[in-house]
Amino acid sequence: MTSLTTGRGRQPRTFDVDAMLDDPARRIIVCCGSGGVGKTTTAAALALRAAERGRRSVVLTIDPARRLAQSMGLHELDNSPRAVVGVDEAGGGSLDAMMLDMKRTFDEVVTAHATPEKAAAVLDNPFYQALSTSFAGTQEYMAMEKLGQLRSQDSWDLIVVDTPPSRSALDFLDAPARLGSFLDGRLIRVLTAPARAGGRMGFRFVQAGLGVFTNALSKVLGGDLLRDVQTFVGALDSMFGGFRERAEQTYALLQNPETTFVVVAAPEPDALREASYFVERLAGDGMPLGGLVLNRVHTSEVPTLTAEQSISGADHLTGSPEHEFAAAALLLHAERMRVMERERRFAKRFSTAHPSVSVVDVPAFSSDVHDLDGLREVGSYLAKKA
Amino acid sequence: MVNWQDVRLHVVTGKGGTGKTTVAAALALALAAQGRRVLLVEVEGRQGIAGLFDIAPLPYEERKVAVAPEGGDVYALAIDPQDAVLEYLEMYYRLGRAGKALDRMGALEFATTIAPGLRDVLMTGKTYEAARRRGSGGGFAYDAIVMDAPPTGRITRFLNVNEEVTELTRMGPINRQADSIMTLFRSSATLVHVVTVLEEMPVQETADGIAELRGARLPVGAVIVNQVRPSPLTSAALADAQAGRVDTAALRAGIVTGDLADLPNMSDDVVDSWAQGLAREVVQHAERMSLEQEQSDRLRELELPMLELPRLTGGIDLGSLYTLADELRAQGVHGFEGRRVP
Repeated sequence: MTSLTTGRGRQPRTFDVDAMLDDPARRIIVCCGSGGVGKTTTAAALALRAAERGRRSVVLTIDPARRLAQSMGLHELDNSPRAVVGVDEAGGGSLDAMMLDMKRTFDEVVTAHATPEKAAAVLDNPFYQALSTSFAGTQEYMAMEKLGQLRSQDSWDLIVVDTPPSRSALDFLDAPARLGSFLDGRLIRVLTAPARAGGRMGFRFVQAGLGVFTNALSKVLGGDLLRDVQTFVGALDSMFGGFRERAEQTYALLQNPETTFVVVAAPEPDALREASYFVERLAGDGMPLGGLVLNRVHTSEVPTLTAEQSISGADHLTGSPEHEFAAAALLLHAERMRVMERERRFAKRFSTAHPSVSVVDVPAFSSDVHDLDGLREVGSYLAKKA
Repeated sequence: MVNWQDVRLHVVTGKGGTGKTTVAAALALALAAQGRRVLLVEVEGRQGIAGLFDIAPLPYEERKVAVAPEGGDVYALAIDPQDAVLEYLEMYYRLGRAGKALDRMGALEFATTIAPGLRDVLMTGKTYEAARRRGSGGGFAYDAIVMDAPPTGRITRFLNVNEEVTELTRMGPINRQADSIMTLFRSSATLVHVVTVLEEMPVQETADGIAELRGARLPVGAVIVNQVRPSPLTSAALADAQAGRVDTAALRAGIVTGDLADLPNMSDDVVDSWAQGLAREVVQHAERMSLEQEQSDRLRELELPMLELPRLTGGIDLGSLYTLADELRAQGVHGFEGRRVP
């Protein structure tokens, strides 16, 4: 369906998922959206469908549900892709999958950017250990880092990335830059100032600032912690260029035409609001958007019977015991129609604000997806082939 | 029935999308009923509370947002991490000038956006301060604090952050403060409630989260099952439908007797297809109910008090918060016994 104009307003274009998956120029698909909307399942279903349509694909998941992870042969300590068993490879494609290990990815970056002695000093530093497991944005930064690694390995036709379950979908785009600007920031410069600023004209200023600063920090944190931080910063110093450069490279990768973003949402106000922010941001940053996947959309078996008709019918039937069952069935149907109507309203609000974004609906399943067959089914809905 | 009369701090967590903020707000209303003062604290910076109560975004100050059933006040506070750092430094260290210096050097940004550990220290610290604050009469300023807390996946780390602080600092004022916070969080004056819906992943996360909380010696309160849908079907009809048996003839008769549409002009085929469609919907509903029952049984195995809140089909507005608060009160939730304002 292409943008038709009907009496009820313009319908959004249908998101042609198969065209996206089959396009050989398409090398990276990033699935974004707020938490709890089915990003991981969508990413896995897209990668599986691409594989069974002949592409050598890999899916990078962040936090998959246990049973879904098991069905793809993923185990917690994996930090590199493994072949998924049970994929139809007749078309020449294949599917690998991996689950991000944030700490290990960070360790690898440190090891890759420092001499063995310096790396060891960083890895042993208690401040680094806290940072690498709980830094806000570390998960996003490491997801991007891993994406960069997978892409440069060049072993796959298509990389599908799930993004971390953050509050805001924008975190995925912003966190690496934040981390980069922190590493390049004034705080770090001041902490490392004694080593760098010697002989410069501004030294006394820096020193005066540093005095106030370190006194404040020591007072608050105690001397030990400050020493840890300074040692850490000193050891990390040589890597800053590396970190920042890599973050910038990966960000550039996201702006490359070989990348497409797929925004995932549920037909609810909060999820669609996040999707809106994200779509606007992508447009602002010149990042290519594939389309919107609207997950968990309710459907009806009797779409021509309205909620009002069913309720009035149920009213007619109340009081006669032989019609008790039919009345209950009509009430169930009415509730379903109401939910659908609400969902349609939210979806329409989104499409009115973003008429150029193509959309595909995936119906609500009665149970969670946790095997390859389930992913295949999601895949056929995504491709409108169900 | 639950007995939460001596609880001063209610921490509400849950998987994203289960309605954690709504439940926290309803709980605050229920606890404030009959003349009490409750503070609802938001720590995730989403302005979800302002959205729920339909007011402008909250500044970093405690504001009255609602009047509770039968009198009583709900105040709300959205903690802004950067302001909280400055306030904290001022309060504990009188770091006027140095605080500003920290701000200029990006240390506040560092503390609050980059290192969530420090952010969590501030959020818990501010909550602790509100929980123990005394009012002008000498009693507590608030009868209870309800925290709209981070999601289940992060809650234990969040509440336990001060444990890490005590290990990192070993002594000094920060160490003492962190220690007092942990003492409050582990005491019987605190309860952590987990909000869930009857679906597989949220229930799994609830079970995992509770195991983690228990492992960290944090007191778990109730499992709050949100969006519960009672079935309009009798249990016999439900059982039949679960076995795939649906009386399609009865549905057909209902369509005809219920005078559903323009019947004289409808063909028998359409009536049949409606009856068959309704039958399929009944079967799908029965399947979902049996999956929900499974999840409900899993929750029961956790051996915690369970509270249930109904699914409100029209979406959530201010009125529905009161409906949910009344549901909680009907299930035994009420405020601090020590104080009753006439």
